[in-house]
Amino acid sequence: MLNIKDLHASIEGKEILKGLSLEVKPGEVHAIMGPNGSGKSTLASVLAGNEDFEVTSGSVDFLGNDLLELGPDERSHAGVFLAFQYPVEIPGVSNINFLKAAINERREALGEEPITAKEFLKQVKEKASLVELDNKLTNRSVNEGFSGGEKKRNEIFQMAMLEPKLAILDETDSGLDIDALRIVANGVNQLRSKERSFVVVTHYQRLLDHIVPDFVHVLYDGKIVKTGGKELALELEEKGYDWIKKEADAVTA
Amino acid sequence: MAVDENQIIDEVTKAPYKYGFTTNIASDKAPLGINEDIIRLISMKKKEPEWMLDFRLESYRKWTEMIEPEWAHVHYEKPKFQEIHYYAAPQPKKKLDSLDEVDPELLDTFKKLGISVDEQKRLTGVAIDVVMDSVSVATTFKEKLAELGIIFCSFSEAVQNHPELVKKYIGSVVPKSDNFYAALNSAVFTDGSFAYIPPGVRCPMELSTYFRINEANTGQFERTLVIADKGSYVSYLEGCTAPMRDENQLHAAVVELVALDDAEIKYSTVQNWYPGDEDGKGGIYNFVTKRGLCETNAKISWTQVETGSAVTWKYPSCILKGDNSVGEFYSVAVTNNRQQADTGTKMIHIGKNTKSTIISKGISAGKSQNSYRGLVKINKGATNARNFSQCDSLLMGDRCGAHTFPYIETSNSSAKVEHEATTSKIGEDQIFYCLQRGISEEKAISLIVNGYAKDVLNKLPMEFAVEAQKLLAISLEGSVG
Repeated sequence: MLNIKDLHASIEGKEILKGLSLEVKPGEVHAIMGPNGSGKSTLASVLAGNEDFEVTSGSVDFLGNDLLELGPDERSHAGVFLAFQYPVEIPGVSNINFLKAAINERREALGEEPITAKEFLKQVKEKASLVELDNKLTNRSVNEGFSGGEKKRNEIFQMAMLEPKLAILDETDSGLDIDALRIVANGVNQLRSKERSFVVVTHYQRLLDHIVPDFVHVLYDGKIVKTGGKELALELEEKGYDWIKKEADAVTA
Repeated sequence: MAVDENQIIDEVTKAPYKYGFTTNIASDKAPLGINEDIIRLISMKKKEPEWMLDFRLESYRKWTEMIEPEWAHVHYEKPKFQEIHYYAAPQPKKKLDSLDEVDPELLDTFKKLGISVDEQKRLTGVAIDVVMDSVSVATTFKEKLAELGIIFCSFSEAVQNHPELVKKYIGSVVPKSDNFYAALNSAVFTDGSFAYIPPGVRCPMELSTYFRINEANTGQFERTLVIADKGSYVSYLEGCTAPMRDENQLHAAVVELVALDDAEIKYSTVQNWYPGDEDGKGGIYNFVTKRGLCETNAKISWTQVETGSAVTWKYPSCILKGDNSVGEFYSVAVTNNRQQADTGTKMIHIGKNTKSTIISKGISAGKSQNSYRGLVKINKGATNARNFSQCDSLLMGDRCGAHTFPYIETSNSSAKVEHEATTSKIGEDQIFYCLQRGISEEKAISLIVNGYAKDVLNKLPMEFAVEAQKLLAISLEGSVG
């Protein structure tokens, strides 16, 4: 589904990703872990098409298309969804209108008819319950005045509505208390399927207790330096990143 | 600008004119410049009564003693007042046979605004079938208004048919010598709109210049007078979301509203005059004086969406003379490219328990300058007066400017005046968030801007609001990124 090869990306001339490769097959859940500043969020941003970052070399294939050739909205239409680390507030625009615009723009891009009001409301009701999102929040302005937890739940709600093929969760667990974490993880788990893949960027192993990954990758200095199963996350939790850094530095040295 | 004046005046009035000169009108034009003879000529051509001429002459004499104001935060080349034709007999507009003859760019804009094909034809002067809907609607509309005793006609008609009303109220809210442009308008205005709502009558539909555009020749010095008699109500719509091109560079209109005891006037404007090219060349100067007078328990609401003109200078105001009267001002002003807008309101509290609300939303893009200028004045006798003002500015890009000049003068210690102001920038992060959800940049800007202006757009009559939303998006196309 997603095939990243030797990806280099920089921001304001500073190289952050330094030859990252990763393959994600349909239905798989990949966790990306790593110390601060290793490039985790950069990876998420680059995949989503944030133009603050410049891809200097490498390739990203998504379902047979060159992802890097597509604009951020086209990537979304193709099925890429990013749950933001810091969801953005849009005052005066209701969540409902926002989502309807998003769904219909994609439908238009794919040559489909706009969603009917009935079908849309049915889905809103169904999907909002996945993350226990209050009716009132769906009618409020996008993320405006939401608590940290509500914002993250809203991201997962949007993901459920947009039914992506590839969902990238960028530190969705940050700022969540235990209950909110459970709710968000439950929402994600219910959206897991054979066709849908996830890339979960996180600092902490605790999210992976709830969203159990097929693979865990350690990102360090812009590259994936270690890959393992879910047990790798536990090992990291216990030992920290220092041993990984040492291993990696020894290799490059 | 002087070079083009002849050609400009030839095109001055675009609709066929019913009330005057039907023969050889092309040559019926006053010489360049302004003096008392020209004003006499205008008045004579319009077959005006003596008092109307006197009003014009007195205004002119005052105007000659006045100086063009320079306090607004706008820069432009001052009009050469002796190089303007102040009177040209209207000419029938050239009729086109089909929309194929119309500028495709204009049609594209119409399409984006969602304007119907019939409406497009009307706006561009394509010959229309007499059975077309809007014609029959207009007829039904007139019959209905007449039944209720509502007068809605051109200003010239009103001078002929309702001189007692015009004489009583003209200049009663905006005096002849109020300001430079109002004085000029009072001297040379050519036409405009007049509405009178009898006591206790609630006008059942929005009065829109739309319904009489084919009879009106407003020209560059437009005069509007709306009188809501005791206990009456009217909602008045002015302007049009469709782009209005006009070869007259200077527009100096005067609008006077009179709300007698217990009356209410809602006055909504969508202004989309030609803003000039990207460098601001050829755009219209819009120097307008709009003011309403509220008697006891009366209410006046101004709602405006300003997107056009090269230079805008406009402060729809309320004089809250009667006790318990209410004034409101809701404004969205968009400037893009090299546009300059200095707009706001004045709320003059005279009566007791008077209340005013000001919500101003400025949006600046490109290299434009957008200023809010407002005065809240609480007079000595205005016990328990209240004002709430909110002035927000939204910036797109880093080459535009937003300015706020709020003035507050209070002479009564029981008054309560609140002022809030914010400045925000349309964020690339907001745009990216929308893009990531599959929403195109154009649509994203539309969503964000309309969200920002929602409090004001909600005050517009429904169908106007829908078009205004689209207009905001079109005005800002390509201004991010």
